[in-house]
Amino acid sequence: MVVNCEHVWREISNYLEGDIEPNLRAAIEEHFRGCKHCTAVLDGTRNVIQLYGDERMVEVPLGFSHRLHRRLEENMASGRRSFLGWMVAAAAAILVAGGFEMGRSSVFSHPELRSEHAQPGSGVPPNMMVVVSEEGKTFHVPGCPFIHDKARLRTIAAREAIREGYAPCVRCMRKYLSASLISPSASADSEAQVSGSGNPNLRIKRG
Amino acid sequence: MPEEVMSLGSPAGQFNEELLIRRIRDGEHDLFYELIRPYERRVYSAALAILRNEADAEDAAQEAVLKAYKHIRQFRAEARFSTWLIQIAVNEARMRKRKEHAHMIEPLADHQDEEGNYTPRDFADWREIPIETLERKEVRQMLAEALASLGEKYREVFVLRDVQHLSIEETAKALRISTASVKTRLLRARLMLRDLLAPGLGGSWTSKLSFAKGTKPW
Repeated sequence: MVVNCEHVWREISNYLEGDIEPNLRAAIEEHFRGCKHCTAVLDGTRNVIQLYGDERMVEVPLGFSHRLHRRLEENMASGRRSFLGWMVAAAAAILVAGGFEMGRSSVFSHPELRSEHAQPGSGVPPNMMVVVSEEGKTFHVPGCPFIHDKARLRTIAAREAIREGYAPCVRCMRKYLSASLISPSASADSEAQVSGSGNPNLRIKRG
Repeated sequence: MPEEVMSLGSPAGQFNEELLIRRIRDGEHDLFYELIRPYERRVYSAALAILRNEADAEDAAQEAVLKAYKHIRQFRAEARFSTWLIQIAVNEARMRKRKEHAHMIEPLADHQDEEGNYTPRDFADWREIPIETLERKEVRQMLAEALASLGEKYREVFVLRDVQHLSIEETAKALRISTASVKTRLLRARLMLRDLLAPGLGGSWTSKLSFAKGTKPW
């Protein structure tokens, strides 16, 4: 078998990879013995692979690893926070929905909520200024990252937002939601609402 | 201490990725740091091969690692974790490139017919070189510049195969191309780099870079 220069160039990569038939390999090696040009191409290609294959060629910017780990850490922490937040929100939803259901059947009534998943914002200071969007279902502290439709925001008092059926954002309003669950007055209110009402499984007990 | 934990820290370095991944899935999230530590540089270099900008590459690499963490349950053990991770980095970098550089024109090399034969431009005698030259920052810089001048499809194949030492099959999988394409592009990338770097041509060693004419960097 005889090969020409073009054939050698076409196969030089496979030759260096060892991915070549034995008889073609022998023919190419025979060609190298008589061809200075192809030998130069072979040497150069081998140098390229050797130089770039050195681990010093993979340089990362100073502090790369530290920044990566910090970002990962933040991400993990926010994952844990949102899990906790979800737990708090779920607990709040159960308790408040219980109060809401019972309240509806007694003397109190809440406005119709924009979302069936929402909860009334009874723990939020009524005069606090909050933002709502036309399409949204929740009200937020200004700047909350969970605001949807940021282009069409209105700033109004929390009581107005509640009156219009918006529910508090479980993230930025979390402290008010939690406070409403543990506050004795809130419990007393709840019990007052509960008194004589429907589902005993949803009744909030005072310690 | 459980036997599993002992084996992870053993001097033999038997880094059982499958075990680590299982434990991360079971809730030991902090072990993810251990899992990705050996691959941080490779994720970055894969992103850099596509984006050619350090800041963008770092951002894409971070995002890729976060996505790997988030989707660790989707990892299937039939692939190597490193290949899966690099595939995520490649996708992330490609997505950013499409989004941010949609208006830019691809380098000429990308439009060349990859199936056609490549004829070397130069036959300078480039014999053995001392690998110690890589200690010199300017040499590394030159190599990086030569690599950056390749078209993207050649650059990404070359980086995964020759810089990161993935197999041909893994490279094909990470880039979602055939092994035949990997081989063709790899050949062309190697020959183009040789042409760019071989002394004597007036290529990047002598004209674009700051060496005196005719002076080899080693």
